[in-house]
Amino acid sequence: MSGTPLPPQHTVSALAPDTQPPAQGFLSHTLSLRLPRDLNMLWTVGAMLLVVLALMVASGLTLALSYTPDANLAFSTVEALERRAPSGWLLRSLHITGASFFMLALYLHVFRGLCYRSYAPPRRGLWLVGVMLLVMVMVTAFAGYVLPWGQMSYWGADVAGKAVGAIPLIGPLLESVFLGGDSPGTPTLHRMFVLHFTLAFSIVGAVILHVAVLHAKGSNSPSGIKGQAAAQSLPFHPYFTVKDLLGVVLMGMAFTAVMCFWPQLVTEPANYRPANPLHTPADIEPEWYFLPFYGMLQAVPSKFFGLLISGGAVVVLLCVPWLDNRQNSSPIWLRYGRVAGLALGMLVVSFIVAGLAGRHHVQGGWLWAGRLATFGYYAYFLGFLPWQARAARKGVSA
Amino acid sequence: MTGTFTALPAFFLCGPKRGPVEQPFLQVQRTMARVFLGGLLALGWCGQSYAQSLMPDKAPVQNWSFNGPLGHFDLAAVQRGYGVFAGVCAACHSLKDVHFADMAQTGLTPDEVIALAASWKVPVAVGSERLRKGLPDDAFPNPYTTPEAARAANNGAVPPDLSRIGVLYPGGPDRIFALLTGYDTGPKQAGGQGAAPPGFANRYAIAHRTAMPPPLHQDAVVNADGTPATVEQEAKDVTTFLAWVSAPHADSKRRLGVGVALYLCFLAILLVILKRRIWSHVAK
Repeated sequence: MSGTPLPPQHTVSALAPDTQPPAQGFLSHTLSLRLPRDLNMLWTVGAMLLVVLALMVASGLTLALSYTPDANLAFSTVEALERRAPSGWLLRSLHITGASFFMLALYLHVFRGLCYRSYAPPRRGLWLVGVMLLVMVMVTAFAGYVLPWGQMSYWGADVAGKAVGAIPLIGPLLESVFLGGDSPGTPTLHRMFVLHFTLAFSIVGAVILHVAVLHAKGSNSPSGIKGQAAAQSLPFHPYFTVKDLLGVVLMGMAFTAVMCFWPQLVTEPANYRPANPLHTPADIEPEWYFLPFYGMLQAVPSKFFGLLISGGAVVVLLCVPWLDNRQNSSPIWLRYGRVAGLALGMLVVSFIVAGLAGRHHVQGGWLWAGRLATFGYYAYFLGFLPWQARAARKGVSA
Repeated sequence: MTGTFTALPAFFLCGPKRGPVEQPFLQVQRTMARVFLGGLLALGWCGQSYAQSLMPDKAPVQNWSFNGPLGHFDLAAVQRGYGVFAGVCAACHSLKDVHFADMAQTGLTPDEVIALAASWKVPVAVGSERLRKGLPDDAFPNPYTTPEAARAANNGAVPPDLSRIGVLYPGGPDRIFALLTGYDTGPKQAGGQGAAPPGFANRYAIAHRTAMPPPLHQDAVVNADGTPATVEQEAKDVTTFLAWVSAPHADSKRRLGVGVALYLCFLAILLVILKRRIWSHVAK
């Protein structure tokens, strides 16, 4: 092998020479990474997510210091933390607001990927790691919501346990493994605390992987393959550091506004009531970011199929690179402008309507709205994406 | 503000003045109303109008000091409200997540907090009948040792804990104020609806009945700062106190928010300038 010249991508890549210490090599590699110059502000959402993740880990670690995962103590330790620990109220509101912003930014990040077809080769692996990250964050968010042991925590865990229990054959076993008993209690809190904590650091690991794959494969561009040409690229620093920083500061302003002035947007009052197994709340509903999936869950009459449909709404994202198997990454609207715009609009409207239906417990008119929204959501992935890929292939061969 | 703080040492010493709480029902009119109601049922259109009449009235919007993103708690009202809570509400309601020391955030000095705590009696141990003087680290005591005792003392209803009532109560502070002042004490209220439901007529309560007897009365407390203790004033103050107790750090949060928002605005402007400068020679 000694006589063989290195493959070209190794010689042009900005890998650090061996003489540099690894940390410095990583830094210089990151700073000199070439990115397409036409990246728009939607590409700064990734940086926002990194900052929110750091904030969540830092505030979460400090919150964990005064939290006790016990059904009799959890609620009062959280109350004591919020009322009496020095800056406890600040840490908790950072963590609460951070959870909502994390999910909001993630949805935006995924939506950008769908718009600009960032999942197309050679970035299928990047997309897969990203969807896995989405799933991990959702599970972490759910586990975290159980921890304060308010009414919504308890009944959320109860509903989730029953949903898991609806799986044929292994359901009851899974349910008892998840709850650690017949109903949510101290064992559930231990499980959720460990899950929340472990997954948080697994997410950090997966993010490192996500960024590493991005560095290896290069970034997508709003103008598709044209924008990814070497001549169109600029080094990460200073061009994109300053742009990302601006994006992060703008997000910080929205974050501050929600956290300090309109906290009711991200807090659920019912969760300030201690968990009471004897009193089922009239309205059991998850946090806003799970409402679309909750709506899909309820739109289906069968418990198990509801679970299948609502879990499938995330799993279908994993299949996107194969549902739309066109090779070049280019914006979805490049070929079928109006139709693609309509389809994307339908996807967004369906997602929101499914959320609203979930909020209204899919009763009366909302049942049909929820069903229609579920159909619209799936139609984008199972109908529009394969159709446009096929049409594009035919267009090329003709 | 300073006026409030100088008037403070005396305020927690104000004692409760408990008046008669229950208004006797007027039996005759209740019977008449029952007959009238029976007539309505016979007419057959009662179901709907009865259901509608059970919906609590919409509480009028009040101009609270803590309303809106830039509001702040009127700490003088919070302190007066504490007096009303201690003198009236605490006879039946607990405030279990709040410690006496938390009252320092209303502007009390450490000595005042110690004196405030000492004016309360707390059980020596959980569930114990023996009492001792309160210390700042104690939580506000529950007036009943068990929920059963609370139920027995209140005609079957357990008075709710008030630690987060400001965020938990549907309708928020507006409805708390409306409920406290909305008792229908006129002769009309005696009209027992159908099978004489227990409780007191209040059009802001669910089904227009509440198990809570009208709690506030003229001069039920003596305000240390000389504010006349009318029912309306007491209700306003205690509502402000309960709203504060439900979100004691809302003011700190808003103050922090103003500082951070100003800082970030300034930073954003600098970053926009810097970004334009760095990108100035990049051809589109």
